[in-house]
Amino acid sequence: MQISGAEIVVRCLQEEGVEFVFGYPGGAVLEIYDAIFQQDSFRHVLVRHEQAAVHAADGYSRSSNKVGVALVTSGPGATNAVTGIATAYSDSIPMVVISGQVGTPAIGLDAFQEVDMVGITRPCVKHNFLVKDVNDLAATMKKAFYIASTGRPGPVVVDIPKDVTIAKTDFQYPDSVNIRSYVPINKGHPGQIKKAVNLLGEAKRPFVYVGGGAVLANASEEVRELVRLINAPCTNTLMGLGAYPGTDPQFVGMLGMHGTYEANMAMQYCDVLVAIGARFDDRVISVPSHFLAQPKKIIHIDIDPSSIAKRVKVDIPIVGNVKDVLVEMIAQLKAGDVRPDAEALGNWWTQVEAWRAPQSLWFDQPEDIIKPQFVVQKLWEVTGGDAIVTSDVGQHQMFAAQYYKFDRPKQWINSGGLGTMGFGLPAAMGAQLANPDATVACITGEASIQMNIQELSTCKQYHVPVKIVNLNNRYLGMVRQWQEFFYGNRYSESYMDALPDFVKLAEAYGHVGMRIERPADVEPALREAMKLKERLVFLDFLTDQKANVFPMVGNGKGLNQMDLPPHMRDLQLGVPPYDRDYGNLS
Amino acid sequence: MRHILSILIENEAGALSRVVGLFSARAYNIDSLTVSTTEDPTLSRMTIVTHGSDEVIEQITKQLNKLIEVVKVIDLNESEHVEREMMLIKVRAAGKDREEMKRMTDIFRGRIIDVTEKTYTVELTGTSDKLNAFIDALDRTVILETVRTGASGIGRGERILKV
Repeated sequence: MQISGAEIVVRCLQEEGVEFVFGYPGGAVLEIYDAIFQQDSFRHVLVRHEQAAVHAADGYSRSSNKVGVALVTSGPGATNAVTGIATAYSDSIPMVVISGQVGTPAIGLDAFQEVDMVGITRPCVKHNFLVKDVNDLAATMKKAFYIASTGRPGPVVVDIPKDVTIAKTDFQYPDSVNIRSYVPINKGHPGQIKKAVNLLGEAKRPFVYVGGGAVLANASEEVRELVRLINAPCTNTLMGLGAYPGTDPQFVGMLGMHGTYEANMAMQYCDVLVAIGARFDDRVISVPSHFLAQPKKIIHIDIDPSSIAKRVKVDIPIVGNVKDVLVEMIAQLKAGDVRPDAEALGNWWTQVEAWRAPQSLWFDQPEDIIKPQFVVQKLWEVTGGDAIVTSDVGQHQMFAAQYYKFDRPKQWINSGGLGTMGFGLPAAMGAQLANPDATVACITGEASIQMNIQELSTCKQYHVPVKIVNLNNRYLGMVRQWQEFFYGNRYSESYMDALPDFVKLAEAYGHVGMRIERPADVEPALREAMKLKERLVFLDFLTDQKANVFPMVGNGKGLNQMDLPPHMRDLQLGVPPYDRDYGNLS
Repeated sequence: MRHILSILIENEAGALSRVVGLFSARAYNIDSLTVSTTEDPTLSRMTIVTHGSDEVIEQITKQLNKLIEVVKVIDLNESEHVEREMMLIKVRAAGKDREEMKRMTDIFRGRIIDVTEKTYTVELTGTSDKLNAFIDALDRTVILETVRTGASGIGRGERILKV
C-alpha cells in the first residue's frame, strides 16, 4: 500500500522509537502535522518558539540516551531553529531536526516562507539533507538517525519540501545503513593504548582531565575505574561534570577559566595528562604555549581525529570511542606489570591537597544579602545532590557548575560550547519529559530566562513541573564582571531596568511564584518548592549585585595565573619545585 | 607550504559547497580547486591546492575527512606525484608580435587553437609553475585574456586513490 511522505515521516519516527517530537506547525509541514494527528505512538509538544523546540529536544537527548527530535516549518520556523541547532552542534548532541520546505517547483523562486535551510545550517550540523523525491525519504530518515547518533554525535537536519510530503510511495524502513564515506572508528589502536599504559606507569604526577565526550560515550564507569586504578587526581570540564563524581575525594573540581585553584594548578603542573573526550578549548587552555611550557606528556583519547592536535599538540593520540578505549586501557593496566611510583604519587597528592587547602570556592554568606553561590549550595543540599540541573549562560551557569556537586553523568545540562542564553528553560522541559520522576531544576538569571520565557506556557500545557531557580542580580552578571575587571567599571548596557515581577509573571502563566530576599529564607523556600511536586515553581532570588565568579583565568593568562578570590589573595601560596621559568609567556 | 589535496567525494548536490564552506568557515586557503565526476558517476574527484603550516594542513585533512560525503582524502605532497594544469590564453598577435607569439608557444609546447587576424588563442598544459613562467615570458600588454583550470594531481607509479 502506498502512503504519503507525511505518513512516511511519522512511520520512520515510530520505527526509531521516538517518544517526543518538539515542534511548531506551519504551512510547509501541515501534511506532517495531519499525519501526527492520526497517530498515537509518540507525543508532540507544542512549544511557543521554534528555538525552544530544538533546545527541548536537546535537553531531552542530554538527559537520556536518545536522539532528540524537533519539527519546524519552512522559512522563519527553520531560521528560528538555527540557534538551537548550532547549540547542539557545539556540544555534539544527537538530534534530528525536520524542517518543512516549500514545494520543489517553488524552490529557488523566492517563494513565501522559503529559505535555503540546507545552506543556512551547513556550518552548524553534522550533516543535512534536502529530500527531493519521496522514494528517498525513508532511507534518508534512517541515515539521519544513524549519523546523528554514531561516531561523534551531532544534529542532522532533514529538509522536506511540501510536495514530497504529499506524494505517495511504498514504505519500507531500511534495517541497516551503509554509508561508504562514513565509517566511525570505535576501537582504539592497540599499540597506542599500550604506549599510553606504559607512560602511565612512569608518571610521577598523573592527572586525568575528562570532558563531555566521556558523558556522550557513557564511559563514566570506566573513567572512575581508571582514575582509581592509577590513583590520580581528576578534573571534569564544564561539559564533563558528573562523568567523575563531584563528591569523590579524587575529584579536584572543574578546571578552566572558572576552575578551582587545585584543578588548574594540577593541570598545569602534572607530568602525564590523560585527556578523555575533552578538546583543550579556549575556556580550558587560554594560551597553549604557556600550558605546554611546563613539560608534560599528554595522552589524548577522542573519537574525533580533528579534535586531536587542534589547539594543543599531544604525545599519544588515541582515536576511538572513549568507552572502548578505556575498557582496553584498564584491561592492559590490570594485566600488565605497570606499577605506579608510590612515593612520587604520595608527594603529588601532598601537593594537590596543599592546593586544595585554601578552598578556592569558599565564600562568606552575610545575614542581609543572598550570595548566588549560597543558593546553589542550598539547592544541592535540599535536592540531595540528585536533581537534573539545567542552566542558561553567565555567572549563574558558573556558580551552578562550581557549587552543585554532580555525581552522575547526564545530570548537568548546559550550553557549554555555543553559550546560548535562553537554553535553560526549554532544555529543562525536555529533561523533565525524558525523566518524569526526577527533580529538574533550571538555574538561570533574570536576563537569560527572559530569552525563552514564553516556554512557561508550554510547561503549563504539558504539566512540566520544573523548578526555576532565578539568581536575580538585576545585571547581566558575567558582562558586568568583565566590565568591572577589564573595562574600568564602565557598566555599558549591562543593567536591566524595568524587570517584570517574576512572581506575578509565573502566576499569570498559571504557575507558582516565590520571591526570596533574605538568606534565612533560601532553604525554606527551596524546601517548599520541592514539595510542590506537580507544579512549576519560579523561585526569584534577589542576589548580591556585586558577586563575582572566582577563581578566574583571564584571557591570555596561564592556568597558574588565576585571579583568586579575596580570601586567598594574602596567602603565601608558593610554587612547586618543578615550576619552570615562563619568561615572557603569559 | 603549498600542498595538493586529492579528494574523492560522493557526487551529490551540495557536496562541493560543504568543502568550500569548510575552507571559508575555518579560514583555510584555497589557491585553486578543480572538480569533476570520475569513471564512476557516483563519485567526484577534487583537487585542491592550498597552503599553510603542517599543523594547518593536518587540520584541513582531518576536517575534510569529517565531512560525511568525503570518501577519501590524500595529501599528494606526501609522496611522488604529477600535477597538470591547463590554460587558455588569448594574446595579441599582430605585426611583429605574430611571429614572436608563435615561437613562444612552440618553446612552451603549447598549441594555437584559434586564430584571428589580430589574435591567437593558445592552449598550454603543464605544472602551474610552467603556466606562470609562460605568462611571465610574455609582455603583459599582449595578454588579452587568460583562463586556467587550476591544478589536477595524481600519484606517481602504482599508487592509486579509490574507494
